[in-house]
Amino acid sequence: MDSLNHILKKIEDNQRIDINEGLALFRHTDFLTLANLANQKRFDTHPEKIITYVVDRNINYTNICVSGCRFCAFYEPPNQDQNKGKGYVISKQELFDKIQETIDLGGTQILLQGGMHPDLEIDYYVDLLMYIKDNFDIHIHGFSPPEIDFIANKSCLTISKTISILRKAGLASIPGGGAEILCDDIREKVSPNKCLSEQWLEVMRQAHLQGMRSSATMMFGHLEKDIHIFEHMDKIRRLQDETKGFTAFIPWTFQPDNTKISVKKKTSVEYLRVLAMSRLFFDNIENIQASWVTQGDKIAQTALFFGANDMGSTMIEENVVASAGVDFMLSKEELTRLITKAGFEPRQRDCYYNLI
Amino acid sequence: MKIPFIDKRLEDIYSKVLNGSRLSKKDGICIYKTHDLIGLGQIANHVRKSLHGNKAFYIYNMHLNYTNVCKNRCSFCAYAKDDGEKGAYVWSIEDIEKKLLERIDEPVKELHIVGGLNEDLSFEYFINLLKTVKKIRPNATIKAFTCVEIDYLSNLAKLSIKETIQKLKDAGLEMMPGGGAEVLNSRIHEALFPKKIGHKRWLEIVKAVHKAGIKTNATMLYGHIETTEERVDHLISLRDLQDETHGFSAFIPLAFHSKNTQMSHIPSTTAIDDLKNVAAARLMLDNFDHIKAYWVMIGEKLAQVALSFGADDLDGTIIEEKITHTAGATSATGLTKDQMEEMIIAAGFTPVERDSFYNPIK
Ligand code: SF4
Ligand code: SF4
Repeated sequence: MDSLNHILKKIEDNQRIDINEGLALFRHTDFLTLANLANQKRFDTHPEKIITYVVDRNINYTNICVSGCRFCAFYEPPNQDQNKGKGYVISKQELFDKIQETIDLGGTQILLQGGMHPDLEIDYYVDLLMYIKDNFDIHIHGFSPPEIDFIANKSCLTISKTISILRKAGLASIPGGGAEILCDDIREKVSPNKCLSEQWLEVMRQAHLQGMRSSATMMFGHLEKDIHIFEHMDKIRRLQDETKGFTAFIPWTFQPDNTKISVKKKTSVEYLRVLAMSRLFFDNIENIQASWVTQGDKIAQTALFFGANDMGSTMIEENVVASAGVDFMLSKEELTRLITKAGFEPRQRDCYYNLI
Repeated sequence: MKIPFIDKRLEDIYSKVLNGSRLSKKDGICIYKTHDLIGLGQIANHVRKSLHGNKAFYIYNMHLNYTNVCKNRCSFCAYAKDDGEKGAYVWSIEDIEKKLLERIDEPVKELHIVGGLNEDLSFEYFINLLKTVKKIRPNATIKAFTCVEIDYLSNLAKLSIKETIQKLKDAGLEMMPGGGAEVLNSRIHEALFPKKIGHKRWLEIVKAVHKAGIKTNATMLYGHIETTEERVDHLISLRDLQDETHGFSAFIPLAFHSKNTQMSHIPSTTAIDDLKNVAAARLMLDNFDHIKAYWVMIGEKLAQVALSFGADDLDGTIIEEKITHTAGATSATGLTKDQMEEMIIAAGFTPVERDSFYNPIK
C-alpha cells in the first residue's frame, strides 16, 4: 500500500513511472481510480474538450503472406492449392476506385498495408506508391515495420535505404502495426516468422531519423503476461525519448476467432485498464487512441474517459480484424455523434494530429 | 475516500451521499447533466460497494414470452403483432410444457414470464399457465406479469386487483418484473403508449401488488422522447412509493432500442447515457437494494463496465431472449454461466449466483 501511495504521488507530480511501478499500479488500483488518474492526465495534456478522428481507408494490397502469424485470420498462404484461389494482389483499377471513393467521402489519407508476398520486390511497392501519387493528392500512411523489414530482406537493401526509396516514391508516414508485443519470447510463439522486436524498433528509428512520423500499437490478450505489456510500452517510450517520432499509441485486444490461438477474449474492463495505463505510462506520447474496431462503439465512447483523446479512423474498410469475426462499422456521422454525446467537440484531423 | 472531481458540482452530491442525506431533484438533474463521468461513477461505486462489497449477482433464469399478440401496440414496441399478422404467435399450455421440458436438465432458478395483451386468452389460461409451470419446475420461482398485464387480467376476470393477485398467487405467482411503467409521466404516456395504463394506474397497481405481499422490480425505459427532468421525476416517484411499501426489489434502467418500432428514426442510446442511468439510479434510489445492468439491452461489454458505475446485478444467464432482439439489440443471445462468472471476475468482482430473492445459491 505504501509503495502504491508512492507511485500515486509520482503520477500527481508528473514524474515518470517505471515498468515495475506501472505493473503495481495496474494490478492493485481500483478500476475507476485508475480511470480518474488517466482522465486527469488526459486533460493535463489536452485541456481542450476535443476528440479527434481521421477519415481514411484501409487498403490491403495483398492478402498473400508467408508469415503465417498464429493470431491472423486475414492472410492466405502463397500456394494456389492451399489458398483455394482466395489469394489476391490488388489491381490498379480497384486501387484507383477505392482511393477515389475515399476522397469523395472526405478522406485525407489511406492506410496501405498487406501481407508478405514472396514474389513482390521493392519495384512493386515503388510502382504502387508512384501510381497513387500520380493520380491523387492523398496522404499515404503505409507499410508497417514487418513489411518494411521483409521488403528490405527480399531486395537485399538496408532498412534505411528501403525507407528512403519508399519515401521518395510517396510514402508519407508509417503505421505502428505488427508490433503485437515487443518481447521476442512472445513473438516467437505468436508470429514466429515476423521480424523481432529489435528490427521493429529499428525500422521506426530509421524512419524517424529520416523525418517521418509513425504511430505505435500494441496487441495484447494472446500469450503475453502483464509484465510484457509494460516491457513493450517501455521499449516504445525509450525510442520516443530518442527520436520524438511517434504521434500516437494505440492498444487493442487480440480477436481470437478464426485464428490458431485459442484464448478467452479480453473483456472490456481489461481493455480499459490497459488503455488507462498507457495514458499514465507515456509521458512522451501525446495521443492515445481508442479502438472501436475491436471494442465496439459503446466501449470506444467509454474509452474517452479512460485516457483516450482520439477515436482513430472511420475506417471505410478493415479486412484484417473483420476476418477475425469483429464487424463493428461506424460512419462518420455516428462517430461524431458518439463524441458529441460524450460532451466533446469532434474534430477531423490529419495524420499529424493537426485539426482540419 | 477522496475523489478529485473534474466537475466541482459533484462535490456537494458526494458529501450528501457520505452524510446519508437524500438527493434532491436538482441533484438528480446535475447527475444526468455532468460530463464528469468518472467522478460520477466513483460516487455511485462508493454506494454500491458499501451495500454489496465486491459481490456481483446473477441468476440462472429462463424467459417465456407466451404471446406477442397485443392490442395496445405502443409506438416504442418492436415485439407486439396484431392477431393474424405474419409472425404473430401464441403458445398453448402444451407449447409451454414443451418449452419447459426442452431445458429441464438445466438448473433454472427463475422463470420470467411476460407477454402481450392477447384477447384470445381467457383468465383460465393464465391460471393454467402458472400451474403448469409450477408443476414442471416446482423449485424455480415464477416471476410473471407486469402491472399492465395485471390490470388487463383483473378486467378479464372481473375481479379487483387484490382478488386477481390472490388468484394468481394461489396458482404459483411469486414475484413480478418491473416493466410497463416506461416513464411515469402523462405527456409521454399520451405520446407513446396511449392505450396502455398510465402513470397513476401503474403506481396504484404496483402498490396493491406490494400490499398483497408480492415483490416487484421497477424499470425505466429511457432514450426516446423523455427529458432529463422527466427521468428524475420518474426515479423520485419510485423512491416515494418504496418509502411506503418497501416492495421493490431491484431497479433496471432499460435502454430504448428503436429498430423495427414506429420510432425507428431515434438513434440508439450511447454508452455514456447508459452508464449515467445506472449511476443516477444507484444514487437517487437510496431505498432500493439492487440496481441491475441488463446486459441484453446495453451489451455484455458495457454491462461489465456498469458494475463499477453502481450496478450490482447482471440479471440472467438467458439463453433465448426475444423482446429486445426483435428491436435490434446486438448483444449475444445467450450467455452461459461460465461466461457470466468470467466476465464478473475480469471486472474485479466476486460472482454470486442468486435466487429471485437474492439468496446465494450454494
Ligand atoms: S499478421 Fe500480417 S504478417 Fe502476420 S500472417 Fe497476417 S498478414 Fe501476414
Ligand atoms: S409494450 Fe407491452 S403493452 Fe405495449 S405493445 Fe408491446 S407488448 Fe403490448
